[in-house]
Amino acid sequence: MVKEIERTGIPVVHMCTVVPISLTVGANRIVPTIAIPHPLGNPALEKEDEKKLRRKLVEKALKALQTEVDGQRVFED
Amino acid sequence: MSKIRVVHYINQFFAGIGGEEKADIKPEVRDGIVGPGAALNMTFKDEAEIVATVICGDSYFNENIEEAKSNILEMVKKYKPDLFVAGPAFNAGRYGVACGAITKAIQEELNIPAVTAMYIENPGADMFKKDVYIIETKNSAASMRTAAPALAKFALKLARNEEIKSPGEDGYIPRGIRKNIFREERGSKRAVDMLIKKLKGEAFITEYPMPEFDNVEPGKAVKDLSKIKLAVLTSGGIVPKGNPDRIESSSASKYGKYDIEGVMDLTEETYETAHGGYDPVYANEDADRVLPVDVLRDLEKEGVIGELHKYFYTTTGNGTSVGNAKKFAAEYAKELVADGVEAVILTST
Repeated sequence: MVKEIERTGIPVVHMCTVVPISLTVGANRIVPTIAIPHPLGNPALEKEDEKKLRRKLVEKALKALQTEVDGQRVFED
Repeated sequence: MSKIRVVHYINQFFAGIGGEEKADIKPEVRDGIVGPGAALNMTFKDEAEIVATVICGDSYFNENIEEAKSNILEMVKKYKPDLFVAGPAFNAGRYGVACGAITKAIQEELNIPAVTAMYIENPGADMFKKDVYIIETKNSAASMRTAAPALAKFALKLARNEEIKSPGEDGYIPRGIRKNIFREERGSKRAVDMLIKKLKGEAFITEYPMPEFDNVEPGKAVKDLSKIKLAVLTSGGIVPKGNPDRIESSSASKYGKYDIEGVMDLTEETYETAHGGYDPVYANEDADRVLPVDVLRDLEKEGVIGELHKYFYTTTGNGTSVGNAKKFAAEYAKELVADGVEAVILTST
């Protein structure tokens, strides 16, 4: 799905936990996430902290969208 | 025991009637063997016998599929066969489609064991490999010498109702069917054995081949996020509570497009996941954990992003075929472009 969208020229950032799959299917901008059942959250945290964590991940994704890449890149910390 | 009665299907070319100029001939049936049937019969020996051969022009079949099929079914029925064999079609496209279509029709409507053979890239293979056994051949009729015995051997197995083994063992094109089997060695040992072979540079056969993927040029970086429309998508199956479009929990055949205008936060009461491939508890409690609408709304309010697109697109990614996923995304990618979306976040579980 990432690729079909990116084929149109729209940049896509893939936020996922299983990075090797994302690399295999061919996403170009990849942001690793927390866990499979809650990629953008952590139920062990207080609601507020959990939202902060989510915001940090989304900000990382936005940064990835603003970064020029010439192939596949995993945006670690 | 009496011989297994076989009806064989071939096209105008293999019947010796003619090439393209005769490709529009209507179906006809002749008693006994015609053309490549002789090669099949050599393998059948005394066990089976071709009692009739149906011949049809490739163009005629493909242009009049329904009519051709029903005429041929009538012809075949009269011979009361125990087995039906079509081809081999090698890489002849229309012939392959005809072989696949007629094999499927015989199998389903007359309940007779049926099999065909062709080259893997014959369009007929992709169209019918899920419905019928297709013995894999090389791409040209020059390989008839190996293709005919392989087809005949498998056909006998089918007629005798013997156990059909894996595609690799029995030489047919994989049908996408998963079968649970017992193996002598457990998975961990088999995996380590494969790894050792790989490290040694030896050949090994994977138990789960990965589909092939091609790569796409990355989209240009966004210059100013505060001026653009951003869309959020997921393969994590987030849907409005109750899953109104009934997106399947696995092997999805569709995707959902949902309006989130004015939605500031996905809550337990309003959204859930339809995905059957992960523990849904956390996503059902708070779907923002998969589709971060709450945070994106904050960022929109603060002017970090220009606008959050009013629709999100969603499907369940587990077991969903590459073909389907591609089709979904190709469809909604067009809509995203038309709606002026300039960047996409896609989340996966």
